[in-house]
Amino acid sequence: MIKKISLALFIFIFTFSCSSEDDNQSDFLSNSSEIIDSVVNDDITLGFDRSAMLVFWADNFIMPAYKKLKDDLSVLKESIASFNEEPLQANFEIVREKWLSAYKTWQHVEMFNIGKAEEIYLSSFMNIYPVNEDRTTSNINSGVYDLENPNNYASQGFPALDYLLFGLGENDAEILEKYQPSDNNYSKYLVSVINKMEAKTNTVSNDWDSYRDTFVVSTENTATSSINKLTNDFIFYFEKGLRTNKFGIPAGVFSTDELPSKVEGYYSKLYSKTLALESLYAVKNFFIGKAFENDALVGDSFQSYLTFLNAKKNDTSLSDLILSKLDTAISSVTELSDDFTSQINTDNNTMLLTFDRIQSVVILLKVDMLQTLNINVDYVDADGD
Amino acid sequence: MLLKKINFYFKNTHTDPSGLAVFRILFGLLMLFSLIRFWYKGWIESLYINPTLNFKYYGFEWVESLGSYTYLLFIICAIASLFVALGFKYKFSIIIFFLSFTYIELIDKTTYLNHYYFVSVLSLLMCFLPANKFFSLDNYLDGTSCQKIPKWTVDSIKLLICIVYFYAGLAKINSDWLLKAMPLAIWLPSKYDIPLIGQTFMQLKWVHYLMSWGGMIYDLAIPFLLLNKKTRPFAFIMVIIFHLLTKILFPIGMFPYIMIFSALIFFDSGLQKKILKKISSFLRLFKKNPRKHINIKSVSFIRLHLSPISKIALICFFLFQLLFPFRYVFYPGELFWNEEGYRFSWRVMLVEKKGATDFKITDSISKKYFYVNNRDFLTAFQEKQMSFQPDFILEYAHFLGNHFKGQGHQNIQVFADSYVGLNGRLSQRFIDPKVNLFTKKESFKHKKWVIPLNDEIKGF
Repeated sequence: MIKKISLALFIFIFTFSCSSEDDNQSDFLSNSSEIIDSVVNDDITLGFDRSAMLVFWADNFIMPAYKKLKDDLSVLKESIASFNEEPLQANFEIVREKWLSAYKTWQHVEMFNIGKAEEIYLSSFMNIYPVNEDRTTSNINSGVYDLENPNNYASQGFPALDYLLFGLGENDAEILEKYQPSDNNYSKYLVSVINKMEAKTNTVSNDWDSYRDTFVVSTENTATSSINKLTNDFIFYFEKGLRTNKFGIPAGVFSTDELPSKVEGYYSKLYSKTLALESLYAVKNFFIGKAFENDALVGDSFQSYLTFLNAKKNDTSLSDLILSKLDTAISSVTELSDDFTSQINTDNNTMLLTFDRIQSVVILLKVDMLQTLNINVDYVDADGD
Repeated sequence: MLLKKINFYFKNTHTDPSGLAVFRILFGLLMLFSLIRFWYKGWIESLYINPTLNFKYYGFEWVESLGSYTYLLFIICAIASLFVALGFKYKFSIIIFFLSFTYIELIDKTTYLNHYYFVSVLSLLMCFLPANKFFSLDNYLDGTSCQKIPKWTVDSIKLLICIVYFYAGLAKINSDWLLKAMPLAIWLPSKYDIPLIGQTFMQLKWVHYLMSWGGMIYDLAIPFLLLNKKTRPFAFIMVIIFHLLTKILFPIGMFPYIMIFSALIFFDSGLQKKILKKISSFLRLFKKNPRKHINIKSVSFIRLHLSPISKIALICFFLFQLLFPFRYVFYPGELFWNEEGYRFSWRVMLVEKKGATDFKITDSISKKYFYVNNRDFLTAFQEKQMSFQPDFILEYAHFLGNHFKGQGHQNIQVFADSYVGLNGRLSQRFIDPKVNLFTKKESFKHKKWVIPLNDEIKGF
């Protein structure tokens, strides 16, 4: 008798556990979960509502940010068109202004490297710096280039515009000279670059209309779920896109010497701090769940998730710790010169100190937050103990 | 008197050979399946071929990755496990299995799992056992089959399994596990997507405690419950429930099945014979002429010829199994933090540890330095494992030092900027950032450059 029971039990659990091994839940599992769902009242769900968080992320961060970027780029494109018709200083100023506001919006978008953005390598078309000047110049001169070619990633996007708008001469007069007469190779390159940026952004932004519904329900704790991927994207962006690219590389953390020409927004000599701060605010708002361009709207976020999990470290909540370190990093950045290149050239130690402060946030995100959420950083699937 | 008893036990007590035969068959088949599964999942490539460097076990630095020949090694190992299951050229096959499997494990300690170690240890033990004396191809070819085998052969497997369970239970008697329900309190709530229990029980604090205490009691008690005839059926049901529960909750691969099938060894010959009968009748389906009888002469029992060397080897084997897990007492500091004496000790699922470790290469004279991007040299999995284990950090520091020396850098120093979080504690600095790791050598000695955990975990 006992043998029969144990055999039945064995077969049941064996089937159950085998099927749960697959990422794609088998019919058996989804059927049984449907039955269970109908039996179990939703009220007794004790877990955090991850789907609500994903909905908030999609509707109040990702989609409005893409929408804003799309609009910004279309305004930038119009300004470029007007400038190309009448290549005057006044029109040029407008292009620069629109470039900056679109670039600032981009700082809110870069971390969402998921779905279409990941598939078409959006960031590669938008923000690879430093600019490959030689290749850009030869593209302009020949007038023949394919911006889809990965070799041209460093010859387009916001950094290439930075070069085209600020880097072509010693002063504005010299730069403007390059765009005379109208519709020359330089003007044409401006158009090609903005067209590519707009097209890529529109592709991603439009895709979100349909992707959203898939995105918000993908709450499982697996390597391919939206929630885990976006969490990893967020941390990866903070470590690589923000810490390493904006601070580490130019300050010479990863090389024997400083590389001050590798800052973001190098040619303007004005905006590297603005862009870095914008990116830090974007990260902070996302962390605390303050909706994009709507500070009054606060929703589910890493902060509320950590609070739900009651993550406390020595009686301080983990999210408070992260926020206080993040604020320290932000105030440290505020102290820097507007132009990081001159900051590095005059006083790199302050730059390195800022890097360390950002790094201390990286540790809290990568080690403490991921441990609390129990999300793996790596996607190597291998057996555990 | 005692010696006499022991002598008598080894020479004159016998048991039915079905148990060992069943064990051999199941072990062989499970291993075969495990190896195929490993291959199918693409892990041979991602874990053994792709990495540019391999983390070596201390003393086994000579074990090299075979590159794409690793596939060949897996084929050899798989064939050996099939032969073990069939009982074909058993002695040779099990030795080949032990060697090839262990070689695979020695290639890179990144993939260390207690259950791989268990397989190595078990297959080593099986090299000494007459598992092919009954119901095997070897019998068919020899024309003889034994009705009895020495009792100690079956008992030795039982002993090994009991050690594994009991030591795993002892290791759970610590303040993190019992008083904080760590790391289950981190792991279980993240299993929210399991139907029915995920969003309910897995989120409850008392469930975390129940499972921590339950796990500890289970591990300590199950050897005795399996040994006792009265409690055995109950114990086996517990084995099934426990391991399948772990299977559902954690990505632990084949381990649950290995333990479940291994537990069959505790049963009397009645059940074992039934299993063999089932296998016989199953095999008979494939026979063209089922009535033709195979003549295998039955011998009452064999005298197992154990050379004195084998005897000493076996004694040493078990002494090692009993004592080696306790080597941690010779090290100061926190075992879970320093991991000195952590591996090969049946410490299963005891810690949730995560780290972030970066390396600074400095020119000691010009003081110029730069940080290394770990992903230039390590796979994501290796980086993860390296980040919180001191011996990995040291080995990698040496690799980096030599690498940059080879590139022509001078006066190289290697420093680690390392932070680790253990069982939900706030991350803290792990490696002394002022210590040039390039000058430190791996040894069994205490690693003084690991900064002690600023907390105490009490217990085993």
